[in-house]
Amino acid sequence: MNTPLVPDEIRQTVLRLLGEIAPEADLTVLKPGVSFRDQLDIDSMDFLNFVIMIHKTFGVEIPEADYPKYATLDGCVEQLSDRTGSCWNSRTAGPA
Amino acid sequence: MAEFVMPTLGSDMTEGTLVQWKKKAGERVVKGEIIAEVDTEKAAIEIESFHTGVMEQLLTKPGERVPVGTVMAIIREEGTQATPALKSPPSSAPLQRVSPKEPVSSVPPAPLLAAAPVTEPARLRISPAARKLAGELGVDPASVQGTGPGGAITLDNIQHSARTQRQQPSTPPAVSEVAGDRQARMRQTIAAAMARSKREIPHYYLSTTIDMSRAMTWLKEENLKRPVTDRLLYGVLLIKAVALALRQVPELNALWKDNVAVRSPDINIGVAISLRQGGLIAPAIHNTDKRSLSELMSSFQDVVKRARAGTLRSSELADPTITVTSLGEQGVETVFGVIYPPQVALVGFGKVGDRPWVSEGQVISRPVVTASLSADHRVTDGHRGGVFLSSIDRLLQEPGQL
Repeated sequence: MNTPLVPDEIRQTVLRLLGEIAPEADLTVLKPGVSFRDQLDIDSMDFLNFVIMIHKTFGVEIPEADYPKYATLDGCVEQLSDRTGSCWNSRTAGPA
Repeated sequence: MAEFVMPTLGSDMTEGTLVQWKKKAGERVVKGEIIAEVDTEKAAIEIESFHTGVMEQLLTKPGERVPVGTVMAIIREEGTQATPALKSPPSSAPLQRVSPKEPVSSVPPAPLLAAAPVTEPARLRISPAARKLAGELGVDPASVQGTGPGGAITLDNIQHSARTQRQQPSTPPAVSEVAGDRQARMRQTIAAAMARSKREIPHYYLSTTIDMSRAMTWLKEENLKRPVTDRLLYGVLLIKAVALALRQVPELNALWKDNVAVRSPDINIGVAISLRQGGLIAPAIHNTDKRSLSELMSSFQDVVKRARAGTLRSSELADPTITVTSLGEQGVETVFGVIYPPQVALVGFGKVGDRPWVSEGQVISRPVVTASLSADHRVTDGHRGGVFLSSIDRLLQEPGQL
């Protein structure tokens, strides 16, 4: 039985993925409600790669129309909390 | 026997430092295989072999800085016999010999452009805020030990370093001097290339505004059919349209050599990629016109990733025949680019945004983009440049045919 993922685990995982996309970024000062693109030096290619990593890590499908929902840390946590429920196990860092 | 020489990866490159050999003496190498890593003043580059054979002798040691054209190794090509050992050339007097099959002088320059400021050495992990603070406090980020995620330099690290500097004003700044020297050389190198371009190339500039509604609608529908891993960015449509338009105006796909424009048989578009630490690099996507949009997207993703990781290959830096740059994501409306010699043209794109557009007597809102051409007037005239931009426009009106 998988353990439901808590928002803080999602948050930490998203930050880890973001760190891989923008390794130079100081994510300790990232404002959770503000768009990544307004705070970090990322472009559309970076954002697409970020979405692909979210997809692969959490096992969720992300239509292009939903990209704006993943534009902030809070948005990612909200979306992924809703969509992963108990189907994602952080201890395996991937779809259960 | 073939000589492996320090290649020129740009008309502005005069020397390079061997970081490491990827092959040992006696090992077999295949044409196109990476055999060495060389540090230039701008980036570490993986150098490919132009020959298939056996690494006969390694004449340069890791850490050695040698001028362009210096014989670094001897490759015994298949079907030939080993020869007596050659004496390593003294670093102060390089052989300056060039393989007749792959003359170094024919290799076009690395498409490293000067549009963005170079402020940090490669791969320094520091946020824009921390970098700004470092500048304000007079701290060289290269001398700071980062304690953030993955070794990133944080604001606290910068502040601590500034305090330490104040307490120890006589500390020998060896590391920062070295980093500063490297940055200065990098800036000088870029400055020389851009100054040469503006001094030698009589630029002319044209622009046109392109209705992107068909292209964006097609892209949206196409991406609906694709999994997230295979989706396209609109930039790929622009690159492909440029590549196909070059077939119709091939004189723009050329290199200026010995006072003559030499058309390239291949269309290798150099895509301008901004580096996180500052600066810009424009590696080639080979045979751009022959790739499907999916292949182009995959190549684009790969080259962006490797450009930022510092693992580009020498052929990608040596082979661009024209450069495409897009500054739309920075909100730029129109690009007035500087041609990278010996290329003879540069295509720029601004942002795709909704603007009033007149169609069939009605003013409507349409997504549009401004495409611009910087071209060498020694090679083409405005008429052909206009034909080229019109061709890009026409191609983008039929995105399904790209």
